Amino acid sequence: MLEVKNLVKSFSGFVATNDVSLTAEKGKVTAVIGPNGAGKSTLFNLITGHLAPTSGRVVLEGRDITGVAPHKICRMGMARSFQRTNIFPKLTVYENLQAAFIAYGGQSLNMFGVATRQFRDKTERMLDSLALDDLAYNIAGELSHGAQKQVELGIALAGDPSILLLDEPTAGMSAQETHESIALLDRIAKERGLTLLFTEHDMEVVFSISDKIAVLHQGRIIATGNPDEVRQNDEVRRVYLGGGKH
Amino acid sequence: MNQQSWTDRIPWTLVITLAAAMVPFVTSRYYVDLATYIAIFAIFATSLNLLLGTTGLVPFGHAAYFGIGSYVCGLLMGELKVPFLLAFVLGGVGGAIFAALFGFFCVRLTRVYFSMLTLACAQIVWAICFKWNEVTGGEQGYPRVPMPDMAFLDWLPVSGRGLITAKFYLVALVLAAVCIAAMRRITKSPFGRILNTIRDNAERAQFIGIDVRRYQLFAFIIAGGFAGLAGGLFGIYKRGVFPDYAYWTKGAEVLIMSILGGINHFWGPTVGSAVLILLNGVVVSYTEYWPFVLGSILLFLLFAFPGGLLGGIEALYRRLRGQANA
Repeated sequence: MLEVKNLVKSFSGFVATNDVSLTAEKGKVTAVIGPNGAGKSTLFNLITGHLAPTSGRVVLEGRDITGVAPHKICRMGMARSFQRTNIFPKLTVYENLQAAFIAYGGQSLNMFGVATRQFRDKTERMLDSLALDDLAYNIAGELSHGAQKQVELGIALAGDPSILLLDEPTAGMSAQETHESIALLDRIAKERGLTLLFTEHDMEVVFSISDKIAVLHQGRIIATGNPDEVRQNDEVRRVYLGGGKH
Repeated sequence: MNQQSWTDRIPWTLVITLAAAMVPFVTSRYYVDLATYIAIFAIFATSLNLLLGTTGLVPFGHAAYFGIGSYVCGLLMGELKVPFLLAFVLGGVGGAIFAALFGFFCVRLTRVYFSMLTLACAQIVWAICFKWNEVTGGEQGYPRVPMPDMAFLDWLPVSGRGLITAKFYLVALVLAAVCIAAMRRITKSPFGRILNTIRDNAERAQFIGIDVRRYQLFAFIIAGGFAGLAGGLFGIYKRGVFPDYAYWTKGAEVLIMSILGGINHFWGPTVGSAVLILLNGVVVSYTEYWPFVLGSILLFLLFAFPGGLLGGIEALYRRLRGQANA
């Protein structure tokens, strides 16, 4: 479980995150939505330790992780994927996932082993579960956008995280890719009992897979609840959903 | 299902070393001399590429650790009569210690700021070598580095003054082979893979739990250590150590060698040092306008092969194979 308590972040006077409190419950899918500039990415960066908050706390599984360095938070079971696709572009797909297993498996300082022989079973199982077998020896940076997103998901999952933060997982994808990747995400989250916290522009995706939705507007949370509650909320309709399109 | 190309199965270090060991028996003393130079710079350039091609850092001041290694090794042998192999190793240790000291600050900056700070550190080292007369001999350098005895190689069928050159060449070659094999091992290790992830995407590396600065520092220390080892050999080869070994242009030389050979290949810097030094040796005997010729050649090669010589050969090989398959 991830709790965000009264989080504030201001950049030289501009308040990007204004007293945000939010809980992502274990095994549940929580979405953070809001118009461009609402502060979604800032909120994610505060949670993952990329930015230090002005005030407030972030608590992961009962441990206060406010201001802890990203690489340490990541070892506590939080994984993240990025809005811009974030992989190791010059390595092959296989090497990407293998590198993640090396890092999470505590082999990063091993200077005498052979990298290509590390964690092969785990790497192959992950390739299989993400349906990336056929692309295993392609250079990751040369793949389609959708496939790169899948590689990124694989890197994030290699650490066997308890919570996964996804920043716009379907951004820039075709309708077909979006459909496939959401189905994949849903399956993997259920298989692993993952807690998911994600932001997304595609409202169809948000309302189809979320257990809970928080609406961010100008740095503040203006509504929280299950999809039906949020859909009915007047303020949300006014500022964001555009007068009841949904 | 481990995909490996046939070129990976050839023990390149061994093949190249054995081929290179033939040099004293088939060529003149002049080429043995050039080959020694190449062996030493192959270590130096490969150590630089641990940062450049493997970790994605561009150091402008790698000469500092080369210089420190040469002074440590040369002074220990000349002044304190320390045996060659021990002095050689301590030269590397010296390079690594200073790399740890300077690297601690350098890795705190990124990209061009990192490069400039490494340059500043190198200039500090150079200034100390240049001014500290009592120890380093100052501007005049320290010209009393002895040639190790190497009596165990007296059986070599090389006559006269060529013998000592050939003996030192073979010793330097074996040490270079050991150093390069060690660096190859590190490059291919899990640690090396983590350095690759930092090169490709430092931000992402952080989110698989890598303390990026710490690993960059480790790479910096290892690279500094091997540069120090190369420096020690160079001092003996030149029979003296001088401040310009630590001057930043020495680091620029290996930067050029690495880029020329191809930074994305482990053997790129070795190939680059061989090509550049041989070219230098040939061209200088014809014309005094060596820098002009060098500049033109580099310009041509970099346009023709953006991935360096090995990158170009690889692209050519792929294209030929693609045609054969089609």
